[in-house]
Amino acid sequence: MAKDEYQAREFKVIGTRPIRPDGIDKVTGKAQYGADMSAPGMLWGAIKRSPHAHARIVSIDTSAASAMKGVKAVITRADFTHQPEDKANADVLDNCMAGERALYDGHAVAAVAATSKSIAAAALDAIKVDYEVLPHVTDVDDAVKPGAPIIHEGRQRENVPEGHNGNVISRTAFGHGDPEEGFKKADLIIERNFTTAATHQGYIEPNACLASLGADGQGEIWVCTQGHYMVRNVSAAVLGLDAGKIRATASEIGGGFGGKTHVWQEPVALKLSQEAGKPVKLVLNRDEVFRATGPTASSSADIKIGMTKDGKITAATCTYRLQSGAYPADNAMLAAMCGFAPYDLEHVRTEGLEVVTNRPKAAAYRAPGAPMGAFPVESVIDELCQKLDLDPLDTRLQNASREGTRAVYGPTYPAIGLEATLEAAKAHPHWTAPLGDNQGRGVACGFWFNFGGDTSVSLMVNLDGTVSLAEGNPDIGGSRAAMTMMAAEELGIPLDQVRTFIADTASLGQNENTHGSRVTYAVGLATIKAARHAIEVMKQRAAMKWGIDADAIEWKDGAAHPAGDNAGKFPPMSIKEIAAISSNTGGPIAGHHEANPEGAGVSFATHMVDTETDPETGAVKVLRYTVFQDAGKAIHPDYVEGQFQGGAAQGIGWALNEEYVYGEDGRLQNPGFLDYRIPVASDLPMIEPVILEIPNPGHPYGVRGVGETSIVPPLAAIANAVSRSSDVRLTALPMSPPKVLAAMKAK
Amino acid sequence: MSRIHVSTTINGDETEFLCEAQETLLDVLRDDLDLTGSKEGCASGDCGACSVTVDGRLVCSCLMLAAEAEGRAIETIEGMADGDDLHPLQQKFLEMGALQCGICTPGVLVAAKNLLERNPDPTEEQVRYWLAGNLCRCTGYDKIIRAVMETAKDMRGAA
Repeated sequence: MAKDEYQAREFKVIGTRPIRPDGIDKVTGKAQYGADMSAPGMLWGAIKRSPHAHARIVSIDTSAASAMKGVKAVITRADFTHQPEDKANADVLDNCMAGERALYDGHAVAAVAATSKSIAAAALDAIKVDYEVLPHVTDVDDAVKPGAPIIHEGRQRENVPEGHNGNVISRTAFGHGDPEEGFKKADLIIERNFTTAATHQGYIEPNACLASLGADGQGEIWVCTQGHYMVRNVSAAVLGLDAGKIRATASEIGGGFGGKTHVWQEPVALKLSQEAGKPVKLVLNRDEVFRATGPTASSSADIKIGMTKDGKITAATCTYRLQSGAYPADNAMLAAMCGFAPYDLEHVRTEGLEVVTNRPKAAAYRAPGAPMGAFPVESVIDELCQKLDLDPLDTRLQNASREGTRAVYGPTYPAIGLEATLEAAKAHPHWTAPLGDNQGRGVACGFWFNFGGDTSVSLMVNLDGTVSLAEGNPDIGGSRAAMTMMAAEELGIPLDQVRTFIADTASLGQNENTHGSRVTYAVGLATIKAARHAIEVMKQRAAMKWGIDADAIEWKDGAAHPAGDNAGKFPPMSIKEIAAISSNTGGPIAGHHEANPEGAGVSFATHMVDTETDPETGAVKVLRYTVFQDAGKAIHPDYVEGQFQGGAAQGIGWALNEEYVYGEDGRLQNPGFLDYRIPVASDLPMIEPVILEIPNPGHPYGVRGVGETSIVPPLAAIANAVSRSSDVRLTALPMSPPKVLAAMKAK
Repeated sequence: MSRIHVSTTINGDETEFLCEAQETLLDVLRDDLDLTGSKEGCASGDCGACSVTVDGRLVCSCLMLAAEAEGRAIETIEGMADGDDLHPLQQKFLEMGALQCGICTPGVLVAAKNLLERNPDPTEEQVRYWLAGNLCRCTGYDKIIRAVMETAKDMRGAA
């Protein structure tokens, strides 16, 4: 994909704030989410889970459950007769249904399908599992110590050097220069360990699907996911089926944030359906969502940064250990790539160690790895500024990555917006607003790559001249509105003449998940290209009618026009007129575009937060919050702002409150929204979004993804505010009242 | 398993159903009456996605047994609009982009309507505390709170 694709232009639709096309269904309760679909003859599925963090499964007796009235299928791992060759798919299978060992509290060990929910629940109770409990480890730093129980023998990759135990499954390294030389030039060096807790994406809609699979391997699945193509492909690979024989349809999705980019239970539903010969609805409950679907990785990082007394960073290193949970993941690699990405550094080295433990498999959570990458970096830069009496925004500007900077992870940046966000922060009234007692103001920066990925879009011009747009990415936060707007902009027709649909897997080519902040960029690009393709076809039809060359026609305001006087004098022919004669000018009119675009533009943000610490309880209250982020081009500003605000709110929860709490027994102690408390309305202030628009050279309208970066800065921004309000440097998340109080008392 | 016969009123319609003793009102609304606008986010009363009113009182339908609906008047999200005419809260949520994924939206709207019926002129703090039982993970609540405040203002102006 050419990088010079962006063209400045005036927009009619882009940048306005129309009502989203799926809105009425979502405010009236009509929109159908994962658990809202039923089928004739449908059974209810349910999963039995291990109560142990690590145990050998000695035997499973399903006879009593199978004999119960209303129970139509009972399955264990023994019923999954296909063993995938691919290691990643083999891990998915083992995670969906434990084999020889249960690897975490909540690991599935058996499943049933029954005629009612209550019978299914009773059947689970009737299944007897004999476990031999094994030693476990649920802490990332304990897991790398000598003598720790090794979760997977023989899985360590060759990139792990000698001296690490078998739980360190992979190591990656990034950077350039010679940090030891750089540290010699520093006036002050700070070296610290930072930890972040595992947090859950906390989507309000539990994972759900309705599956039907026949003995012939043909099936259907209705599923709440960020990628129904992924669900189809992975489920087929896990079960040994042909992907093309399964059709996956995406339900509306009630939040995902990366947590629904994986297969957790769909192969179980398909297998139950095949065994029972009936459709099976499988809906996880909240306890299962917490215990068995991926939280994000917890982390521990050893960081060292050197700075001159006038604010120049001379060298930086960081080793990140991220907890993968029971199966290998790549979050430490991403942390090691992202942490220093906002800075133009001569000497920088990072390494990422992926550590397996007896916890559920870690999943993406909005910019996976990046918040854990940024928290130590942004905290230490702030501490250096405090100790050297430097301005935190000016110091970041002084060291900021800009066009031409070589990133820590390798490439050289094209035009980027970090400086613009820092300048906007400096100029904003928030920066100079007065603060009261026990109040402090913190800032921090964040980065995310953004992404392209396989994308397939079709745009149909119907016989009446209206347009149907088919795309293959679940609409998680208003993307149908964005696609509709881009199609209308390009075609030059009113918004209400376009309707966008999320197509099933049999209706378009492969589409990558709704993740990586890719949809508005990549699907938007494909939508624009599909519209341009349709315009070319329509120009040909008009050319045929007028008896002139298609090159002599231009498209504007939803109609074909002769390009100039030489082309002939014809009145414009509108899309409706062209559509009406399509049967006689060559048949149906459609445009399409298939690509794996590589012009995604990286994203930067700066966050500013005021907090107040209660000196008696240690409770931290967020008083004011402002997000400055480069969107490239905001298609529908309401939903760009919503991404900024939502990411910040999740980051606030991560910083102050949210935490997976494990007991000595290796069991999760807070698998519910009462004890795992996400921010509620009364916890938060308004969150002011400031949209910067530095066009991405790789998108026709300049779009960058906006969905993920906003969760990256809050962890450190809040720690920095607390430090400035209470003179304590918190290095372990969450900054809960007992921790903050203890730190203040220890002063 | 024997079932209990229940006569109730839902969104103004007289309704009868049979339920198991342990089934919640939410179970029956969703699984038996096809009123799937009320959502199950937690089944423990923590998320508010299943919010309905019972005789005008805001409740989590996951915490109420279906059998307790006998003789009551229940309002769900499906009864909030008057035919094609959206309730002012519904319209304002659309105009202000006060939803992203939309899963919490029905519960938030039911709860907000109940608030405005009790207090047509709430402060921002009152709105935030009233909606503290309705979890939203997408929006950070900003646009939701603004939409409720704006609706209250419009409705006061129209009254």
